[in-house]
Amino acid sequence: MATHRVPLVLLACGSFNPITNQHMRLFELARDHMHSTGKYQVVGGIVSPVSDGYGKQGLVLARHRIAMAKLALQSSNWVTVDEWESQQPDWTATAVTMRCTTSELLIMAILYSQNKSLTLRLSRRLPHCLTPPPPSGPCPQVKLLCGADFLETFRIPGLWQDDHVEEVVGRFGLVCVSRGGLEPERAVHVSDTLSRHRQNIFLVREWVRNETSATEVRRALRRDLSVKYLIPDSVIEYIHQHKLYTQDSERINKGTVLRPLAKHAVESLDD
Amino acid sequence: MDGRSTTKVVLLSCGSFNPITNMHLRMFELARDHLEDTGQYRVVKGIISPVGDGYKKKGLIEACHRLEMARLSTENSDWITVDSWEGLQPDWVETAKVVRHHYAKLLAAEKSNDDVDTVNYGKKRRVEENYLEESSQHTRRDGPQLMLLCGADVLESFGVPNLWKQEDIDEIVGHYGLVCITRSGSDPNKFIYKSDILWKNRKNIHVVHEWVTNEISATHVRQSLRRGRSVRYLLPDDVVNYTREHGLYSAESEQKNADVVLAPLLKYSDASSS
Repeated sequence: MATHRVPLVLLACGSFNPITNQHMRLFELARDHMHSTGKYQVVGGIVSPVSDGYGKQGLVLARHRIAMAKLALQSSNWVTVDEWESQQPDWTATAVTMRCTTSELLIMAILYSQNKSLTLRLSRRLPHCLTPPPPSGPCPQVKLLCGADFLETFRIPGLWQDDHVEEVVGRFGLVCVSRGGLEPERAVHVSDTLSRHRQNIFLVREWVRNETSATEVRRALRRDLSVKYLIPDSVIEYIHQHKLYTQDSERINKGTVLRPLAKHAVESLDD
Repeated sequence: MDGRSTTKVVLLSCGSFNPITNMHLRMFELARDHLEDTGQYRVVKGIISPVGDGYKKKGLIEACHRLEMARLSTENSDWITVDSWEGLQPDWVETAKVVRHHYAKLLAAEKSNDDVDTVNYGKKRRVEENYLEESSQHTRRDGPQLMLLCGADVLESFGVPNLWKQEDIDEIVGHYGLVCITRSGSDPNKFIYKSDILWKNRKNIHVVHEWVTNEISATHVRQSLRRGRSVRYLLPDDVVNYTREHGLYSAESEQKNADVVLAPLLKYSDASSS
């Protein structure tokens, strides 16, 4: 008897400053990988750009980053943009974003089983393409989709709260796509928390070395060099229309402490 | 901006394009940025010339498909086009001949004071090839320049026995020019240094360093397609759809020409053994 696959939503948090073909590639690679395990059915993907409150250097306004992500994903039939996190005045911890997304999916599943048309009217914010689970089936799980560089961030002092790491990796789970010369297996190995939850960390090997990063794209744009075929044409047009990504924009938040670091420093002082 | 006039350049890229990928297209953009940055050149056109089926490379699918995919991928470009002349020849054509053919067309277009002809696959112009082949010996530096655009692997293939005729290499780097896109880990400058003919013509060889590593290889793309994996965002969307609609790239297609000798190797080893 065939086992039912667990429905899965992949959530990618990040600056998306700007969104690139490589970001969208992550979703494709992750979906293929999770399907090949035989245990999961990916029913949706969510891009959740960080809010301006994150305070990262060079971060352009959320409304632009959201607009660009929407343009890039126009042609996708399973990945959408969630504006909730970007609209919060302050930076939102990833664990919190994951909790919110999960709760919304659960509510939608319940509502759907009760009243289909009601759900469709309420589902403005979440992927409208989400296939609602069968009434008897499980609610979609949410896993965090990220690149291998993301795993390294768990080690940066003051960036992550320990209980959040436990929650993101233990309760939810990660789908991590390798990049460049990074060895995600090693990052898992050197961390007790990550090792303990290694069953919940799915490592996707990307054989095509593709280091198209948003940082490189911004660099090329500043220098008036072409970024065609690295990001969608519609996004390039938007950037030119709004004159984003200049020497000036790269100086945004220069000298500012990254919000999570500032927040956790204050909290530890209060202890 | 000084009063120096810039040389018009047309970039020609030959290859299997089996299938065309975002990396192939990216090479044109990188080359143009690099040449124009020197202040000496103005790149006016890019030409993609997929090889004919007569090349007999393993896994090479029909030229008509490769041409159509290339055409779809350049629909959104205002300077890169696809030319079908080489792809539709029954026998394999040496790269030097392809370069000569396109240069002749370029000269003919200049002679008749037309704008540089935007040939797209479907329209062809008759060119007095024999006459112009003679005159291609005298490259006019005041006229447009045709440069071969390639990756470092092509440059290094000059060293593979029986793959290239020495006089063809001479001609390409001597009379025309090469724009070679390289990435980290590869050092074409060393290869150029070690070759007398390349070294002599080093002023005609423009090495463009691609700092953003982008190793989308067509081989990897074919493998992914065989395994039912997504290749979205590695190729233009229209091309992805085309491969799906026509069921291209299977285990079967990869076996095509498996037991056949590559055309240039066959041709030149015959010649050298006679």
